[in-house]
Amino acid sequence: MNGYQPMKLLFAFLGGLVLLFIVAPLAGLFLATSPAEFFETASDKEVAGSIWLTLWTSMMATLLFGMAAIPFSWLLARRKFPFKKFISAVINVPVVIPHSAAGIAILGFVARDSAVGQAGEKIGLNFVGSAPGIIIAMAFVSIPFLINAARDGFASVPEKLEKAALNLGASPARVFFTISLPLAWRSILSGLIMMWARGMSEFGAVVIVAYHPMTTPVLIWERFASFGLDWAIPVAAVFITVCLVFFIVLRMVATRYDNVED
Amino acid sequence: MTMLKIKDISVRLGQFELAGVNFEVARGEYFVLLGMSGAGKSVLLQVIGGLIPASGGQIFLDGKDISGEKIQRRRVGIVFQDSALFPHMNVYGNIAYPLKSLKHRAGETDRKVRELAGLTGVDHLLKRAVANLSGGEAQRVALARALALDPSCLLLDEPLSALDVQLRGELRSLLREINRRGQTIVHVTHDYEEAAVLAGRIGVIEGGTVVQEGTTAQVFQHPKSEFVARFVGIRNFFRGMLDKEKGREEGRGKGSLRRFTTGGIGFTLLSDEPPGEGYVVIRAEDVIISNDLASSSAVNNFSGVITGLEPARMGTEVMVDIGISLGVLVSDDSAASLELAGGKNVWVSFKASAIKFIRK
Repeated sequence: MNGYQPMKLLFAFLGGLVLLFIVAPLAGLFLATSPAEFFETASDKEVAGSIWLTLWTSMMATLLFGMAAIPFSWLLARRKFPFKKFISAVINVPVVIPHSAAGIAILGFVARDSAVGQAGEKIGLNFVGSAPGIIIAMAFVSIPFLINAARDGFASVPEKLEKAALNLGASPARVFFTISLPLAWRSILSGLIMMWARGMSEFGAVVIVAYHPMTTPVLIWERFASFGLDWAIPVAAVFITVCLVFFIVLRMVATRYDNVED
Repeated sequence: MTMLKIKDISVRLGQFELAGVNFEVARGEYFVLLGMSGAGKSVLLQVIGGLIPASGGQIFLDGKDISGEKIQRRRVGIVFQDSALFPHMNVYGNIAYPLKSLKHRAGETDRKVRELAGLTGVDHLLKRAVANLSGGEAQRVALARALALDPSCLLLDEPLSALDVQLRGELRSLLREINRRGQTIVHVTHDYEEAAVLAGRIGVIEGGTVVQEGTTAQVFQHPKSEFVARFVGIRNFFRGMLDKEKGREEGRGKGSLRRFTTGGIGFTLLSDEPPGEGYVVIRAEDVIISNDLASSSAVNNFSGVITGLEPARMGTEVMVDIGISLGVLVSDDSAASLELAGGKNVWVSFKASAIKFIRK
């Protein structure tokens, strides 16, 4: 085993570099922000409003689209159907295209003169420059994360258990809710968290569909473009803090759930 | 009265094929489908349960054609080899699952769960997570869960194969008890001993079809095809009574010489099983045939008349009537040098340890 020692050291060194690469800019951001500046920014109405908007729109995007995406993921994991490979590829398109291009595409799709835009207008929904538009943009770029995680989760549930449940008189819907969903829940939860996080941090697609109302990523960019780095840094620090707190709490909840299951 | 009727069932799954399977199981019967692994036994059970669609044929349950019935309406409970318990529920949750699916009232569900847990001997485990069950306990829970469905027919897919010998014995007794209460059971296995112990009737499945069907004695003593003969491998299969041990004191060494009587003939064998009804198996290759009684360590010596000679896969099988018909496997050279022929008087001998007793 000693022969591996130099290699292990080299790998650890490379790992340290990567870690430093991730941590250093973030740490620099916080070091550049004094506590007074930090709290002043956090209590700035525009900042607080944008953070709140970002949080709830990304959560709505995750919940609304998740309701459709989770059953669809089960289909992808369990059923054979025509063009399944093609459909699986299509699902990942939002990950690989530039997000500004995604924004342009969504804008064309929901603009006032489009069919969707006109239908929305009839029920009083305006997608451009509004929260619903932000939700759609966030969902578009983040939904692959949920679908992929949920599909893998459902695929890892032994099919025999679903068959056994059917054999025991359960309807397919009951099998889904009492067997497939609880057993795939770990992956689904992690997919939901990923989707929410990805939606929350989205800038490119959101800024094109809705410059106003301003989500925090857009606000950070606006402050940077209009006033410079010094104005953008505290907002970024506050937003990153909020994100981190949420993820740590969510991860803790998820881990506790895991332990209960074990 | 017929409870389950399988008529011309065929299935094609890739390379695998079930072709025209037919058999019937009477109400309250314990039917064992015996076959080698890969013979299609498990597939057949899943077809009956509706988990795999048949490409042709019909399945009748209690007189009703259920071939096109939805899985959840078939009321045939399957117990899988690996129990397939739901890992996110405890034992109680597992047994209650079918009752909740069938929308029983809460009180009724609770009563039934406790009753079945009592029957299967898992009443002390109801709150246990299924991950913490032993193999035997898991199979008992799986049995209780399948019984909670109140199935017209219980389908068992090699339920004992993952268990050790002692647990197997205990679970066999439980299965017999469940059957005694009137439950119709179809049990698939590759283990002829399991079939002999449990079956009321046996169906032998080979190459995707049922090649022979009958009582245990019919199938084992008169195998219809070379496959059946080779697979069950026992021409010498006799039903009878094992006597009490003579002069055996408590705690003495195991395996004393015992007496087994069948058809007026008595064999001496080694066994530590309790006295009672059962089968003995004597492998044809363990029997020695001679023209005169030779002195040897064999305690079972009988004179008889050769009733037939049949070429076997290895050598010749000689049938000798010693009061009952005994098969003896000899090499072709021995058959020639002993001048064995139909009607000739010969002696047959075998050791007490060559006899295997299977308790019914």
